[in-house]
Order: sequence, then C-alpha cells, then structure tokens
Amino acid sequence: MKRHLRFKFFLIVAVILVCIYGIIGIPKSKADLVANWEKNIRLGLDLRGGTYLVVQVEQQDAFNQQASSDADRLKEVARKAGVQFSDIGVDEAKTLKDATKSAIEIKGVPTTQAGALRGIVNDQFTTWLLTPTNATDYRLTMRPTEALKFWQGVLAQTKNTIEKKINSLGLSEATVQQRREDADSELLVQLPGVDDPARVKQILQTAAVLEEYDVRGGPYQSREEALGQNGGILPAGTRIIGNSGMDSSGRGGGYYLASRTPVVRGPDLRDARAEQGQMPGAWNTWFALSQDAAKRFSAYTGSHIGQRLAIVLDGKVLEAPVIRGQISDNGVIEGAPTEQDAADLALNLKAGSLPASVQYEQEDTVGPSLGADSIRDGFAAGIAGVLAVIAAMLIYYKKSGINATLALILNAVILIACLSYFDAVLTLPGIAGIILTIGMAVDSNVLIFERIREELRTGKAVIPAVDTGFNKALLTIIDTHVTTVVSCAILFLFGSGPVKGFAVTLVIGLVANVFTAIFVSKFIFDWELTRPKPVRVLSI
Amino acid sequence: MEIFKQTNFDFLGKKWPFIIMSLVLTAAGLVSLALKGGPRYGIDFTGGALMDINFIKRPPAEAIRSALHKKIPGDIEVQEVREAGHSQEVLISTGVRNETVQGVREDIVSALNQGFNPGAGAQLDINSATQATLADRLRDPLQRAGVALSDEQLQSLAKGIVDYREAHSGLVASLDQLSGVPGLTPQVLTVLKQECFTGSFAVRRVEIVGPKIGADLRQQAVNVVLIALGAMLVYIAFRFEWIYGVAAVIAVFHDTIITIGLFSIFNKQIDLTVIAALLTLVGYSMNDTIVTFDRIRENLRLQRRGSFREIVNASINQTLSRTVLTSGLTFLTAISLFLFGGPVLNGFSFALVVGIIIGTYSSIFIASPILVFWQDVAEGRRRGARPPAGDNRLRTVPKMAKTAK
Repeated sequence: MKRHLRFKFFLIVAVILVCIYGIIGIPKSKADLVANWEKNIRLGLDLRGGTYLVVQVEQQDAFNQQASSDADRLKEVARKAGVQFSDIGVDEAKTLKDATKSAIEIKGVPTTQAGALRGIVNDQFTTWLLTPTNATDYRLTMRPTEALKFWQGVLAQTKNTIEKKINSLGLSEATVQQRREDADSELLVQLPGVDDPARVKQILQTAAVLEEYDVRGGPYQSREEALGQNGGILPAGTRIIGNSGMDSSGRGGGYYLASRTPVVRGPDLRDARAEQGQMPGAWNTWFALSQDAAKRFSAYTGSHIGQRLAIVLDGKVLEAPVIRGQISDNGVIEGAPTEQDAADLALNLKAGSLPASVQYEQEDTVGPSLGADSIRDGFAAGIAGVLAVIAAMLIYYKKSGINATLALILNAVILIACLSYFDAVLTLPGIAGIILTIGMAVDSNVLIFERIREELRTGKAVIPAVDTGFNKALLTIIDTHVTTVVSCAILFLFGSGPVKGFAVTLVIGLVANVFTAIFVSKFIFDWELTRPKPVRVLSI
Repeated sequence: MEIFKQTNFDFLGKKWPFIIMSLVLTAAGLVSLALKGGPRYGIDFTGGALMDINFIKRPPAEAIRSALHKKIPGDIEVQEVREAGHSQEVLISTGVRNETVQGVREDIVSALNQGFNPGAGAQLDINSATQATLADRLRDPLQRAGVALSDEQLQSLAKGIVDYREAHSGLVASLDQLSGVPGLTPQVLTVLKQECFTGSFAVRRVEIVGPKIGADLRQQAVNVVLIALGAMLVYIAFRFEWIYGVAAVIAVFHDTIITIGLFSIFNKQIDLTVIAALLTLVGYSMNDTIVTFDRIRENLRLQRRGSFREIVNASINQTLSRTVLTSGLTFLTAISLFLFGGPVLNGFSFALVVGIIIGTYSSIFIASPILVFWQDVAEGRRRGARPPAGDNRLRTVPKMAKTAK
C-alpha cells in the first residue's frame, strides 16, 4: 500500500514540475521569470492589441486575365497555322462563384478547319477543353482539374505576395493564412500590435504593376483624339493607353498610342527603394531591372533614341519621357508627396503584384489599452470566482475542502502549462474557458464528496466509504466529461476563431480535471488515511 | 456543514408549476422574438461595423449620433457602456455594404473628429497618434527649440508617451499629465503643447464584418449548435438508452430557447461569444441531467421495489445536494464573470448566469418527467397488448450493466 502511494506521489510531483517548467522555465532571476512567462503564455490579438483582417481574393480577375492572355496567344498561333477565324474573345467571369467559368470564345472557323483548330488546342493549350457551340463557333473552358490547380496557385501566390509586403513593413509577427479550409478564397491576416491598419490595408490592396511601353504616337488630349489621329482604326499590335490629367509639362497623364506588349513589366524588377529627389522635400522611387530585362531594355532604348517611352503604374500613365540615350538597368519614378509614399511604392514594386485584386471582408482591431483592460477584467473575474469557490468549499467540506482546493489549483496550473506546451494562444474566450473549467472541477469534487458522505451515512467505516465514494462518482464524472468533450470537439471542428479558442481551453481543462479530481484527490485521501494513527472520523 | 441531509421531496408531483413556468418563459421569449423580428444578432452575424470609442468626457448619445449622420448614411446606433470602469465609453454600430467595408472606419473617425475635435487646426491629436507619427512630428520642432535628442531618444520619448496613454485607457486628458514620462522635460512639454492637442476621444476597438462573412458565420453557428446537440444525443443514447438521450436533448433545447428568448426580452445582442456561452450552458445542463440519469440507472439496478416514478424521485433527492451545491458554485464563477468580466464578456456571462439557473431546474423538472412519461406510455401500450405486464421496468433499464462495487 505504502509503496503504491510513493509511486503516485512521485508521479504527481513530476507532473507538477513539468507543468511549472512549461510555464516559467528555469528562471535565474525575477526578470527572467517574467520574460519566460511572457514568452510561454502567448496572448491573442484581443488581449495584446492588434488587427485581424479577412481578405477575399477575387479569383475571377486571375481567371479572366489568364483567359485573355491565352486568347491572344491562340490568335497568333492560329494565324500562323493558317486557321481562319472571325473573332477570338473572352467571355469574362463576373463573380467569384463563376471564376472558373471564364471562357475563350472562338467564332467563325470554317468547318473544314475544325480538325486543325482541335489539333492546336490539344497540342498547345492543354489546360483548355474545346467544345463546339454551333457549326462554326467554339468555346474553350478550363479543365476542372487545371482550374483547381490554377485556383490554388492564385491563392498561394496572393498569400505569398501579401506576406512579402507585410514583412517588408517590418511586421515580423504578422501571419497570413487561409481562413478556413472550406473558404478557399479567403485569407486571414493577423497583425499583432497594429491598431491603425489604414496603411497596411492600402499597401495590401495596391497592385503596383509597373510597365513601360513603346510609344508609337501621342500625347493626345483624349482617347477620341488618339483614335482620330490614326485614321479611326488602331494599327496592328498597338493599343491606346493613358488617362486624363496631363499637366502642361506632359506629366501625369495624356493618351498615347503604344505597343500592345510592354517593353518592361512588373516581374522584371530586381530592386526598388525610396530616395531623396533633387528639389528639397521631393521624393523619388528608384528601381533596378533584372539582368535579362536590363539587356532587353538597353537594346531597346539604344535603338529608339528620340522616341517616347510611357511609364505606366497600375494602368495609369505616370509620364512619357523622350529617350535621350541608352538606359541600362535602372530608372526613377518621380513625384511622391512624402518619403513614406515613395517607400510604400518601392515596397509594392518589390513585393510584386497580386495575381488578383483583393476585397476586405472583415476587420477587427483591438487597441492595446482595451486589451490591457480585458486582461485586468478577466483576471479580476477569475480571482474573484476562485476565491469564492475556495471559501465555499472550505466552509462546506471543512478539511476535505483543503483537498479540493489543492486539486483545483493544480488543475489550473496544468491547464496553463498545457496551453504553453501546445503553443496555444490565450484569448478572451479562452479565459472564459478557464473560469468555466474551474466550475467543472468543483463539480467533480462535489460529486465525490457527496458520495462519500452518503456512504458514511450508511454506517460504513472511513476507508471503505472513501473508496466506494470515489468508485461510484467516477462513472458519473466520466459520463459528464465525455459529453462535454464531445460538444467541444464539435465546436473545434466546425467553429471558428473565438469559439475554437474556448473549446481548446475547456477540453484541456476537463482532461486535467479528471487527473486532479480522481487521481490526485484520491491520493491525498489515501495518504491521510494510511497514516499510523488511524482516522476514525473524516472531516468532510 | 450540510444543507440537505436526506430529503424526500416529491419533485415529480410538483412538476406542473415548473413546467407551466417554463412554458410561460418560452412563450414570452417567442413572443418577444416574433415582435422584434428574430433575435438581435451582433455584427458578427449581420455584417456591420462596431466601434468602441472612449471619450474623455462622454457627450450625449444624441450628439454623437447627429455628428455621425452628417457622414454616414443609414442607421446608426450609439450605445453607452455602463460597466464600471468604462463609464465614458460608447459603442457605435452601423450597417455596411460590400462597397463600404473599406472606408467605414475612416468615415466614422473623421465624422467624430469634425464633431468633437473642432478647431484642431494643424496640431497633431496625441490621442490618436502612433509612436512613429509622434516622433516624426516632434523631430524638427524639438531641434528648433534647442532640445538635442538622438533618434533613439526621440523614439523612446514617443514610445513613453504612447505607453503612458495606453496604460490610461487610451486617453490623455491633458498634456500636463505627461510630465511623469521619462525624458519629458519642461522644454519638451512646451514643444509638445505647440505641436499637439488632446483629442476628445480614442478608438479602442473596431470590428467590421462584411455582409457575406456575416451570413456565413450565422449559418455556421446554427450548424455547430445542431451538430453538437445531435452528437450528445447519440452519446447518451449509447451510454443509457435512446429515450434518455431524447429527454436530455429536449431539456437542453428548452434551456437554449429560453435563454435566447431572454436575450430578446432584455434586448441583448447575440454574437459569436454568446454562441460559445450557449454551448457551454448546453454542456453544463447536460452535465446536470446526466448526473441524475446516472443515479436513476444505478438505483434501477439496486432497488427492486417501488415504481419507476418512485425510483426517479428518489434519485433526484439523492443527487439534490450535489445539484444545488455545484450549481451554486458554478453560479459564483459565472456571476463574478458577469460583474467583473468587462463589457466584452458581458453577453457571454449573462448567458451563463441565466443558463445555469434554467439548466439546473430543467434536469429535475423537464428531463426526468419525460422519462416517467415515456415509461407510463410504454407501460400502457404493453398492458393493452399483452397483460399482465412482467417487470415493467425492463424497458427503461439502461444497457450499461456495470455498476460500481
């Protein structure tokens, strides 16, 4: 009997030590202790302050873009292969739900050339599925497996780009993740310590696609003028770019007839940074091109001296300077109002553009002062609750109440240690879960003690009464705990955010409770009852 | 100390007043729900914007509303926070549409600025400045005033000021208050007074939920509750017998309906944390019911005499002491959460406080009578079919044969 108890004693001590180590490590000083505590007990955004953003990725943008670039490619390939058609266009997806339905429409292919068209599609456009809509028209839709791959790719790339942007803002603790497994177009961005997310939101949403086009004509005051000057139809391989708002020096807008494909595009950038302009207070964004692009660019500028080059950011013409000499690998975007604007642009240029635009669906910001208040409130409520419960137990169960109190405290310690070991984040609903665990822990003790009292009432001796009491209560405790664990499992599986945090803490608390209420509490009784001086009357 | 030694109340005989009370509460809740057009959902479920603004001195709600109306179309609700320690706070909520999710925060802040920080001019609001903007703002003026600070010192000064503000509920009422911040010499204070003013409010929390996510979360919450109830029913049916599972689920369903009804009557919002609380009280009430059922099962094995009804009644009496004590103690933790837990947990703890009371009596006056009622029906059916009945308890003796020694 005694040996059995000694084993239990060491087990319990070991658990306590492991738990304390998990919470505060091995502190060498008081400051160390606080530091370890803060490292191990990670607070959620609602307690430490921060911002939580849910972003919807507008997948249809990426699908439409892909369809449009493939349509362009198909036109060229078909022309080269001598396949006739009257038109190849894109039937764009309008909503997120229809994103994968973005299709390429091919019109007016003579029936004799249907086989040739099919051959081209099968050889060079393997991601697409060709279906005839009538004798001369066809429709290309993305194969379901390919569409799924593409979808995942867009999501991953968006996540990546957002991560890059956030990291370059110096928010190292920020995380980007998919919001829920079944919500495959939503990303959750968590920004600890950010209580005014305006700048972050702005940066995340800016596409920052920098392109430089070969200018064939212009500037013109309006789109109509540009068209009119060129005889009403656009020459092959050109497009009109530009916007209103050109100033007298030809900056900030104007319309141009430009090459269809850009000379330099976003991914060609190697580096970008803000730098001071020549005028005091003026800021520029400097950028450098990758090796490949630099070669191309220098060849192009060398052969087009005297012509204009349009610098376009997010579809807006910034300026169209005349090329004065061969330019190798870098350039400058002028005219940022402040240093931060120039730096933000550089950041966006470097991080690359998002494959699809993003929409904000949800924003939750907790200021640090409110977080501190919540910790204080939760702590006060917890302490008040525990003290009230302990007092009631001591009054009602006398010395056995001490036993219950020890079990209760150990329960809380194990719970906090588990949170630390599992790297769980403590949130406000989590604190509520802890407080509720305390309530459930008390219930176990009450069940056991009431049983022991009943057994004593029937005239049993102390030791058998305690044994029977524990055994009978055990079955009930298992039933009640398993039922709650079942509901917590459902909460965890199907719930989100706060509900999940609550479920995790409650489950850990319940498991710890089975250990403390049954194992530890029984041990304390046994220890007391097997002392040399026999106990005749139990203080319960 | 003992409250109940060996009681023998006839609970099943007194069930009617309680069942009637339950029906009245349920009806009142349903009427309130019907009149108000369903539960009052929090913005997590409807979509919308909610901002927690702390004022130095709270203006009347009407003034805030009219200031906001100049910029924000549609319904605006301004609610004064009443919890202790939050006496100057208001919660502002308004609906959003897909297009307005983006800028609603900025719109509200600028409307409030117009209304309650008039004549701010070019000065910086110390109650909304971040560490970086504050440091940037002070750099040149400090130099001009002849205070030489390294960039590090400047940042730590700005951090000191911001930390001080955050430690005081996010608000500095007057710049003189800051004189205790390390590095804030009278010279610096003079510069600070030139450059900054104390804005009358601070944004403590912003929650914006787009309409799509709102609908999503609502659907999800309903699913979670239903699945959780189903899972518990299956588990209890497996451990006892199916009628026990049905009785337990009816009892907790009754608790949930009444609690939601009370939320409607008291005009409280149902948000995600309240759903967590509802699930907690479901678990809690289930707990209570299972403890009683457990005793019934045990007694059915031991006691061979007495009708089913008498055994149920005896079981309730035997567990009464535990029921009252546990409920009382859990109630203590819930009420401390309600009193000290702050405004964020208010809905949560309200649901618990109400739920514990209802959950406790539902296991005695709802779940147990259902068992007896079912037994009577089953018995009547059997008697009609094949009289005389044998052991009329057999049908409701739960499967688990194992009892404690």
